[in-house]
Amino acid sequence: MTVVYALYGVAALLALAPIAIFLGAGPRATNIVYGASLIITAGLGVNALLGLFDHPATTSGVTLPLGLPWLGAHLRIDALAAFFLVVVNLGGAMASLFALGYGRHEESPQRVLPFYPAYLAAMNLVVLAADAFTFLVSWEFMSLTSWALVIAHHRDRENLRAGYVYLLMASFGTLALLLAFGLLAGPDGNYAFDAIRATHASAGLAALVLILAVVGAGSKAGVVPLHAWLPLAHPAAPSHVSALMSGVMTKVAVYGFVRIVFDLLGPPDWWWSMVVLAVGGITAVMGVLYALMQHDLKRLLAYHTVENIGIIYIGLGLALAFKANGMAVAAALALTAGLFHVFNHSVFKSLLFFGAGSVLNATGERDMEHLGGLIHRMPQTAFVFLVGCVAISALPPLNGFVSEWLTFQAILLSPQLPSWGLKFLVPAVGALLALSAALAAACFVKAFGVSFLGRPRTPAAANARETDSNSLAAMYFLAALCLVAGVLPGLFIDALAPVANVLVGTSMPHQSGLAWLTIVPIAESRSSYNGLLVFIFVVLSGSAAVFAIHRLASDRLRRAAAWDCGYPDPSPATQYTASSFAQPIRRVYGTSVFHAREIGAMPPPGATSAARLTVELRDLIWDFAYAPVAGFIGYAADRLNVLQFLTIRRYLTLVFTALVLLLLVLATWP
Amino acid sequence: MALIRDFAFQGAQMVLVLLLSPLLTGFVRKVKARLLRRQGPPLLQPYRDLIRLMRKDVVLAQSASWLFRVIPYIVFAGTWVAASLVPTFRSGLLFSWSADLIAIIALLGSARFFLALAGLDVGTSFGGIGSSREVMIASLAEPAMLMIVFTLALVAGSTQLSTMAAVMVSGEVGLRVSLGLALLALIMVAIAENARIPIDNPATHLELTMVHEAMVLEYSGRHLALIDLSSELKLLLYVSVIGCLFTPWGIAGPDAGAQALAVGVATYFGKLAAGGVLLAVFETAIAKMRVFRVPAFLGAALMLGLLATLLLFVSGSL
Repeated sequence: MTVVYALYGVAALLALAPIAIFLGAGPRATNIVYGASLIITAGLGVNALLGLFDHPATTSGVTLPLGLPWLGAHLRIDALAAFFLVVVNLGGAMASLFALGYGRHEESPQRVLPFYPAYLAAMNLVVLAADAFTFLVSWEFMSLTSWALVIAHHRDRENLRAGYVYLLMASFGTLALLLAFGLLAGPDGNYAFDAIRATHASAGLAALVLILAVVGAGSKAGVVPLHAWLPLAHPAAPSHVSALMSGVMTKVAVYGFVRIVFDLLGPPDWWWSMVVLAVGGITAVMGVLYALMQHDLKRLLAYHTVENIGIIYIGLGLALAFKANGMAVAAALALTAGLFHVFNHSVFKSLLFFGAGSVLNATGERDMEHLGGLIHRMPQTAFVFLVGCVAISALPPLNGFVSEWLTFQAILLSPQLPSWGLKFLVPAVGALLALSAALAAACFVKAFGVSFLGRPRTPAAANARETDSNSLAAMYFLAALCLVAGVLPGLFIDALAPVANVLVGTSMPHQSGLAWLTIVPIAESRSSYNGLLVFIFVVLSGSAAVFAIHRLASDRLRRAAAWDCGYPDPSPATQYTASSFAQPIRRVYGTSVFHAREIGAMPPPGATSAARLTVELRDLIWDFAYAPVAGFIGYAADRLNVLQFLTIRRYLTLVFTALVLLLLVLATWP
Repeated sequence: MALIRDFAFQGAQMVLVLLLSPLLTGFVRKVKARLLRRQGPPLLQPYRDLIRLMRKDVVLAQSASWLFRVIPYIVFAGTWVAASLVPTFRSGLLFSWSADLIAIIALLGSARFFLALAGLDVGTSFGGIGSSREVMIASLAEPAMLMIVFTLALVAGSTQLSTMAAVMVSGEVGLRVSLGLALLALIMVAIAENARIPIDNPATHLELTMVHEAMVLEYSGRHLALIDLSSELKLLLYVSVIGCLFTPWGIAGPDAGAQALAVGVATYFGKLAAGGVLLAVFETAIAKMRVFRVPAFLGAALMLGLLATLLLFVSGSL
């Protein structure tokens, strides 16, 4: 029944979209659309959660008489789909709750409201789909609705460009997936997933499908070097949609990848994991380095999504390696780590985008160089944003740490892998993962410290107002979830057990029955972690210190001017900015990765104009991968332009020649 | 009964590290002073400093937020918990399974994260310079540390410090190239993490060379006392980790008698003293580096750690 209820929910969302057109632009329309979306997605999430917990082993499916006439639309929920439905609808419900407050400030709500429920429905449909046709149509529907939301603020030229790049990359990704499914379906056109699963593709074909899946799903998820659209498009949308795109839609892309590679493609070859691991490692480090160079808060968050996708892919790649070598327990550990990170990232990335949205509403600024001191004016937003920062930096006792810890444990099992390529690659990927975790902490010290701490750099920041209660409720809920998933990870690992059972044939040992709620991935003598105890320990010893010092020593406090080594400067411009904060890291990593250069322009002697220091960064991936392609397409279009102005006789000749050539090809086809 | 005994040992460990850490710092200072043929401050001077600071008023900058006042307690609590999970004189501590070595490193990372935020809170340029350099150093030191953990974990088949110490002491590991590389890298990381010469100078107040001191420049009174105590705890923690992993001799087992415990305490004091003397000699013998030489230093540590891990991946016995 689960899938039937899910379809009712999707139908309700789809019905809401045209209704939203007629509701107009008033606050009533905002309340109705977001309120209804909240209720429906909450219902869908609970439905999926029940499906995951109550009868995880069973799958429920229906076939609707839609789509291709001989195929119909297959829709199905198994454990994998149920887990991703929980992620999608949790994000959807929280974004809707946030938007109940945030959406009131929307300048052109009629450009957002109709597409919003349709977008939510599309993401649900992708996960529900159980045949290639439905999957691809839903995938494209998801791309188009989100594209419409990206260009909601279309008067900004940058947003239009973002929308253009996004549309191109989305079409490219869908094309790759289309080819992948075409190869999977084979010459007989077995488009239903069940039929694909029953037939195993040959090794060469499977390799091609793997590459296409990495490219197709990866371009939506944002793996390097296919990430270029992501930092443009995610920040351009309204913030609750940014949260959905970054926190949820990238996960739907991960779902597509997992579905194809772990489920449909049959038993993996060992070298597949090499591809996935290499992509994951590079993505993780490049993503965070890009993020460190940004001073636009939303763009920083978007780049950071790239990093986390890399971490997820590392987990998935390890799972593939173990699966290919028949180490099912280790594969279950790595897969659980990756999927747990999927959940965690969707929680804290949504939280952080909501925080950025609240800041944007309160100050009208996304540029961190114009913020500062917001902790005084928006203490609650600052608190929840800080929780998100700690969680995403993989620091205990919050949830980001647990999934990275599990990934590290999986890496420590990998010396037993027999293949030499993996023996060299896995330690390197481990180093990249460690590097990206450390850089992430640096990145979020910068993001939080420059935006929320210090002194306000502009009047807008100085006069910010705390955000509304709906937005805060959504953020508090997600912050609480960060803590719960961090201190009670056993519950979440157990919930992922049926997914691992489906994909790798076994699951991690049952966790929630263990003493003190510890998590033990393999054996207690090997490794264990207890977030709850660490959290209680830290809280108790911190409180003990407060109590002891205030009782026994001193609790007096005086306010005075800042000390600053005796030279305090009242101008807030003397504070460290986002760029100056990142300067040491830019020098260490950026000179090679971004060809970063600092150019100091001194005025001529005697002149009174100011000296200028400019920083030049080159995006080498754009310069070497995208610019040549764009240049070639432009060149080809220019050359082909003459074909537009031919006479009718020439056109007829062209058509005739093409026909003859095609017939010749057909005639000589073996 | 066993549970109560284990609780007692865990509590004793917590109190022990807290009480010993200022002494270790005082000892290092004393040895350094003697090496320079100075008299040096008395051994107990760090305790006096802490008590004096705790009794003083806190002078808080006007632009400081609530976070600035909370952070010293977070930093202290995180460091203290991390330090009390490292086996010192007795392994098999009650809560040692609640956090393995990766989690201990990450707890220190949490403390550093908050301390770096504190540097930015008041909105001064010195705080910013300290924070930004600190995170740059950490961005190399943390991955290096994790690679060292990987090496040790692969040798010992565990990331639990108690198990690792037991494996190391059992003698079945023997001398290995990878362990040598890991030890070297660990010492380099420990120097950087504790803001010692040549990375940073704990005694300096020359602004442009400061990292850690610049970050905590705005702190005073009890807040400063807690932050100093945390730094001292961190130094003790790293010496204990090196001692427990590379010189695990003498650590009492989980069911050791009074005699073994006495041996454990005595050897632990010996290890701390040896670590302190070596640190002091090293610091006296070397000059401080420019900030932008630090990445090369830590990059070398990272490469050593990676090399050690790679060796173990390639061959289990190297």
